[in-house]
Amino acid sequence: MDSVNSHEKIELSPSVCEEIDQWVAKYPVDQKQSAVMSALRIVQDDHDGWLTTPHMDAIADYLEMPAIAVYEVASFYSMYELKPVGKVKVCICTNISCMLNGSDQLVRHLEEKYSIKLGEMTEDGQYSLKEVECLGACGGAPVVQIDRQYYENITPEIIDSILDKLD
Amino acid sequence: MSDEMVTIQVDGKSIQAAKGSMLIEATDNAGIKIPRFCYHEKLSVAANCRMCLVEVDKVPKPLPACATPVMDGMVVHTKSPRAITAQKGTMEFLLINHPLDCPICDQGGECELQDVSLGYGGFDSRYVETKRVVKQKDLGSLVATDMTRCIHCTRCVRFGDEIAGSRELGATSRGEHTEIGTYIQKHLDSELSGNVIDICPVGALTSKPFRYNARAWEMSQKETIASHDCVGSNLSLHVRRNEVLRAVPKNNDAVNECWISDRDRFSYEGLTQSRLQEPMIKQDDKWVAVSWDEALEFVASELLSRTKNDAAATGMLMSPSSTIEEGFLLQKLARALGVENVDYRLRQSDFSETQTPWLGQSIADLSVNNATLLIESNVRVDQPMLCHRVRQSALGGGEVMSLSSVGYQMNFSMHESCVVAPQRITEELAGIAKVLSNLSEGSVCDELVSLYPGIEPSPSAIKIAKSLFDGATSAVLLGSMATSHPDYGLIQSLSVEIARLAGANVGVISHGANSVGLNLMNMLPKKELASAKSFGDMQSEGMKNVVVYNFEPVYDTYDAQTCLAMLRSAEFVVEFAMFENDAQKDYANVLLPITPNTETSGTFVNCEGVWQSFTGAVKPFANSRPGWKVLRVLGNLHNLEGFDYMDSSEVLAECKAHASELAGISASGQWQRQLDSSAGVARIGSVSPYAVDSVVRRAAALQKTSLAENGVVRLSPELASSLGVQSGQRVNISQGDETIELSVVTDHSVAQDSAVVPSDVVVSGVLGSLYGEIALQK
Repeated sequence: MDSVNSHEKIELSPSVCEEIDQWVAKYPVDQKQSAVMSALRIVQDDHDGWLTTPHMDAIADYLEMPAIAVYEVASFYSMYELKPVGKVKVCICTNISCMLNGSDQLVRHLEEKYSIKLGEMTEDGQYSLKEVECLGACGGAPVVQIDRQYYENITPEIIDSILDKLD
Repeated sequence: MSDEMVTIQVDGKSIQAAKGSMLIEATDNAGIKIPRFCYHEKLSVAANCRMCLVEVDKVPKPLPACATPVMDGMVVHTKSPRAITAQKGTMEFLLINHPLDCPICDQGGECELQDVSLGYGGFDSRYVETKRVVKQKDLGSLVATDMTRCIHCTRCVRFGDEIAGSRELGATSRGEHTEIGTYIQKHLDSELSGNVIDICPVGALTSKPFRYNARAWEMSQKETIASHDCVGSNLSLHVRRNEVLRAVPKNNDAVNECWISDRDRFSYEGLTQSRLQEPMIKQDDKWVAVSWDEALEFVASELLSRTKNDAAATGMLMSPSSTIEEGFLLQKLARALGVENVDYRLRQSDFSETQTPWLGQSIADLSVNNATLLIESNVRVDQPMLCHRVRQSALGGGEVMSLSSVGYQMNFSMHESCVVAPQRITEELAGIAKVLSNLSEGSVCDELVSLYPGIEPSPSAIKIAKSLFDGATSAVLLGSMATSHPDYGLIQSLSVEIARLAGANVGVISHGANSVGLNLMNMLPKKELASAKSFGDMQSEGMKNVVVYNFEPVYDTYDAQTCLAMLRSAEFVVEFAMFENDAQKDYANVLLPITPNTETSGTFVNCEGVWQSFTGAVKPFANSRPGWKVLRVLGNLHNLEGFDYMDSSEVLAECKAHASELAGISASGQWQRQLDSSAGVARIGSVSPYAVDSVVRRAAALQKTSLAENGVVRLSPELASSLGVQSGQRVNISQGDETIELSVVTDHSVAQDSAVVPSDVVVSGVLGSLYGEIALQK
């Protein structure tokens, strides 16, 4: 076959497969691909928080769906990472409510604090900054999500104390 | 869709529409134009371009006509101020990121976006921000991309999913970052990939071989019939200054719908490569170009004097892709000269069939069969448009099964795939027949019982038999590899037996564009004449004089070694050829340049028995002439009766008068096994889809695709390990006296003890029969 069309292959670990199977079981037998979002999350958690193309191919094989359909899902949603991320992923909402309540300041503060831009990772691999769309918690704007935890009504001072505690 | 009709009012006009159909279908049928980009009548509704917004009374917002079902009494306005405002608004959004590069865009002049923006676009842009730019993608040798022009209609994505059956393109990322592409660096592999060029409404996906060659308005459109498979897809050729610059599909719902295979689309590139330009005669071992008069007089006098004494040692062979007019005239000429040895079945080795090898049903009916058994058929790449229909049947819940020596990869899921070595195909068929006799409480014929005493049906045979028996309409289809199988006659007898017991149709998917037509024209030895020789007999007995009509013996025959040996030992060989090659210079005495079907009028009869005529799109290349005219003049020069045709339609009328009705395929009467069960490594001599005939073989872009894989032998992993070779290593393959070296690819889908060695391996050395014993050595 064409060398352009072939690349590295990996196998999913048994524990990952077992976890995916729990999600597959929730859907009709002929609709395994419904579990793709869960599968992507499980594989991402198992691989330092990000996904490689071979990982997505393995999921496509496992769920018997076209690889491109997995790429579509993984590239669409902001919670999937397609390049390495830091141990602490700081997601800042910059949509209208958060913006009106000072998310710009937060972004500036964090960019200066870590000397990186949004979408980048610190050199030591500790922190990543990410701009996200509405997190659905406008009542507490501005909102920051760190890993799976929401933090509301955030100011530069508050975020510093939160991040310090995480260290 | 139900037959029930509803009445709706569109722009003050009352129209009827089928209940449940979409508004845009009703308006299209009534000739009311609504602009659209994402809607395509053969694809699912996406409603994502929003260009077809219309106003519907009692609905507060404009609705997309493509996704709004008609309702009785609905009042629709397609040109009201509200509808027009909505359409213009959509247009402005679509144009925000579209580059203004029409002058350098290949789609310019035939672009849906250009056309619609003329009616709905603004004069200037209010958008001052930066436009998005999308990185160029390389999708292979057939489809060129300029993804910055893409408007995300997703037609190409839906096409891959719904028609091609392999999703290669997708919409990745989100919002303004959305891109259509493959995400990873990847070439399009589908045998139907070129259709995305047609359905792309903008210049994002265009034809790579055609790129920058011409503008739409410089070309004229000529209709023709595709000549590379037995479907006969309807084509429009785009011609400028007597040159075919591209081929696009012409709608015909009964044959190819609005699609064509990549082979039919890009084969035009081969039309002008290494063409034979002048008639040539070999004099004292030197080739001399001569005038047509001289060449024809030479051929006529030689043929006349040689056939007078040696008619029985004269044979005439013709490509199965020749037109019906050519076939009729060649056999008429032969028989007038007393020559009964005529044949077109060049890739066959068993000639026992008694009936015209046709599909046994219509092409469209393939999509509604409940059960289909494909025997030795790689229908997906061999006849992509037939596969499209079979795939539709599978998507509709039909069960498709295969029995073959390679587990071919289809673009739908198989109910059962039984892979056995070539010599065991007939055993499996006998097993299926036996199971069916139990199911139907009928009995198998005596010949079968005595040939396969005490056969034990395999689990696959049981599953296949059950499905064929249960299916309300079922079909047994013999693929083109089955017609090449040494046991073709027996396979046909067994298939007919299976069909009888299961209540199924039998069909043959023949080689070439016109096997059915040439068969109807009796371009083969008459059964009742014992002395008349088939292609096989001619090779085994040797011929003194041979006419080679429009094929290349090295690639187009069942056993190239034997065929070449016959031609080399013949005293006189006349070759009617489109192309030059080295082999012909060696064996032939006269070369007559004839034309491909783009340069002559003619008729093909496709596998369902439909006669499709065409006229030449361009003038004959250099000094070549349409084959039928050359044959007519030869008839005149022989002073034969009935060769005074004024034009090809007179020939066609005579062909029609001679043609018999197509009958259901019955047993060949062959009940003997040719291929022995105890054979060693069996060759499976497949024919690569992009090497089926001399035109396709010369089409450059097709040869760069992954489907045109060349110079490899595919082995089952078991065979490879027993030989001690791995993928990528070289092996020597010997057949007859010749040995060639190929690179190994291990493939789980190949039957054990078998090796796929295609007929078109372009390496030194010529192999023998497509099915036969070969020796492999590390």
